[in-house]
Amino acid sequence: MVWAAAIALASAATPQNITAGGATFPFPMYSKWFDEYHKRIPSIEINYQSQGSGFGIQQVTAGLIDFGASDGPMTDEEVSLFRAKRGFGILHFPALLGANVPAYNLPGATHPLNFTPEALAGIFLGKITMWNDPAITSVNPGTSFPNRTIIVVHRADGSGTTYIWTDYLSTISKEWESRVGRNKSVKWPIGLGGKGNEGVAGQIKQIKYSLGYVELTYALQTKMTYGRVRNSTGEFIAADLKSVSAAAAAASAQMPDDFRVSIVNAPGKGSYPISSFTWLLVPEKIADAGKKRIITELLRWVLTEGQNSAAALSYARLPQAMISKELKLIGKIQ
Amino acid sequence: MSAAATTSGRPGSAGPARNWTQRLRRGDEAAYLITFACAATVLAATALIAFELYRGSAASRHKFGWSFLITQEWDPVSGQFGAQPFIYGTVVTSALALLIAIPLGVGAAIFLAELAPPRISAALTFLIELLAAVPSVIFGLLGIFILVPALREIEPALRSTFGWMPFFRGPFYGVSLFAAGVVLAVMIIPFIISVSREIILQVPADQREGGFALGATHWETTWNVVIPFARKGILASIFLALARALGETMAVTMVIGNDPKIAASLFAPGYSIAAVIANEFTEATGTLYPAALIELGLVLFALTIAINALARMLVLSTVKRGTT
Repeated sequence: MVWAAAIALASAATPQNITAGGATFPFPMYSKWFDEYHKRIPSIEINYQSQGSGFGIQQVTAGLIDFGASDGPMTDEEVSLFRAKRGFGILHFPALLGANVPAYNLPGATHPLNFTPEALAGIFLGKITMWNDPAITSVNPGTSFPNRTIIVVHRADGSGTTYIWTDYLSTISKEWESRVGRNKSVKWPIGLGGKGNEGVAGQIKQIKYSLGYVELTYALQTKMTYGRVRNSTGEFIAADLKSVSAAAAAASAQMPDDFRVSIVNAPGKGSYPISSFTWLLVPEKIADAGKKRIITELLRWVLTEGQNSAAALSYARLPQAMISKELKLIGKIQ
Repeated sequence: MSAAATTSGRPGSAGPARNWTQRLRRGDEAAYLITFACAATVLAATALIAFELYRGSAASRHKFGWSFLITQEWDPVSGQFGAQPFIYGTVVTSALALLIAIPLGVGAAIFLAELAPPRISAALTFLIELLAAVPSVIFGLLGIFILVPALREIEPALRSTFGWMPFFRGPFYGVSLFAAGVVLAVMIIPFIISVSREIILQVPADQREGGFALGATHWETTWNVVIPFARKGILASIFLALARALGETMAVTMVIGNDPKIAASLFAPGYSIAAVIANEFTEATGTLYPAALIELGLVLFALTIAINALARMLVLSTVKRGTT
């Protein structure tokens, strides 16, 4: 119904170009979505520049793009800057789910390793330095660990992946929160930096006894070995599309109205603890009526039909509870 | 060459009667204006870059002042920024690259220009120019997938040979200042060879003949006559190579380890100015963080100017002693 209306409207109208930009992590999905959407309504073209979450926030604040995208929610400071500049607010729409996994290169390890939050924080703080540390061996019976130094690998480029990882470590470790904190780039206490997921993955593959973090999507597509992480209910959970969606479903119960929320260490059975949303950032007011209609229709499509194609690209879909909340939020766009 | 000959040779200055329109019609004035505009664009672009870097880095300059240059801290979360580890990484990797590339590059240029049979020289020159055109990301990938694993293999040998020096101590992961220096060397060698070879070929034949006439051997003529004559051009090729090494981003960030720490060992990971800007700028939000990255750009700009000035002074001092 909505479709018919949109198509009828669009075919009558002159071609409409929507510009958007931001996060690189969901880019393959966005590019597929926008391409499909263009095929359905050929007069609408959405040009998405995947130049990073920071780019998306800056450009949407400056009003240079119609909507932005970010792997981390905008900070309070950024939200008030937006309001000060534009005179109205910005809405956050979770579009997809992402997750980070601890990937490693440990010769001789046959089963996926189990990691406790304490072990991960200790390793990245540089306090747990050996593979045969009791914090690791005690939760991995049956695997023999060498007396070798753990070589830590992290992202060198500013990225949403690093934001999720440091957000998780800050949530589960007070020491990490006070010493390092959460950001897209941080001052790493230890480790080598790789550029991009491929840089981190390349170093992990090459360096024996190394450990780092990569995006789940990337790990699945390149078939990397990654460990399971203990969640807040005490289960060791392997990241997959189901356990990531479960984390979002568990967190959606106490979701704030603006969706600017971290879902790391989510409660509930079966939740993978290092999960996160990736957001579309849409201005509350869109002056151009034609653009407004296109963007609201696009959002509605992304949240409903669009979610069906997520799994094919190894992205976890949003849980139904989230979608119905977000569909209501679309009505707030003026 | 006498001054009088040059003056009388220039058209338009022969008599005072010529006025501006006449000269314009003859093309001299137009050519002067057009070429002046071309030259001025370069100056204007440089000035604009400097101005924009200065303006964009205001927040960081006001907060940190000169201490920015000597602070080791780089913490985007707490907003503490210092350039020292990046300056160190940039200078060390470029110096290492020059150390490797100068003897190899100049040696190859001498061979190609003076000693090699013309057919071999032409073929090799073509290959070298091809090498100079390879995009840096390719060098970076070769660095990650071939050089770094290879370094890990030969590391014990390196360590047993050079281990007595502090530059080759500490744990070795492959990605390191050393790897970055080697990749940079490979990247800049074609520049040195290509330009130096051209310069050596430009040395007038009578210079060589003079050498032979005095009874010098081929090599003695090359080393004592041709190379000193071409010295200025060879140094220019080295500056060009140095400029590329200082500013190289992609290949360096892929093999340097990206760790903003200062370690005496070349085996340790490091970080360079260009690499950190490329890595962090797109995701830098707020005011101070991007400003600090822009100030790093300003530092690199100043560093390049300083090193070039130093190099030019070096040239001037050698010119007095040698031939021009």
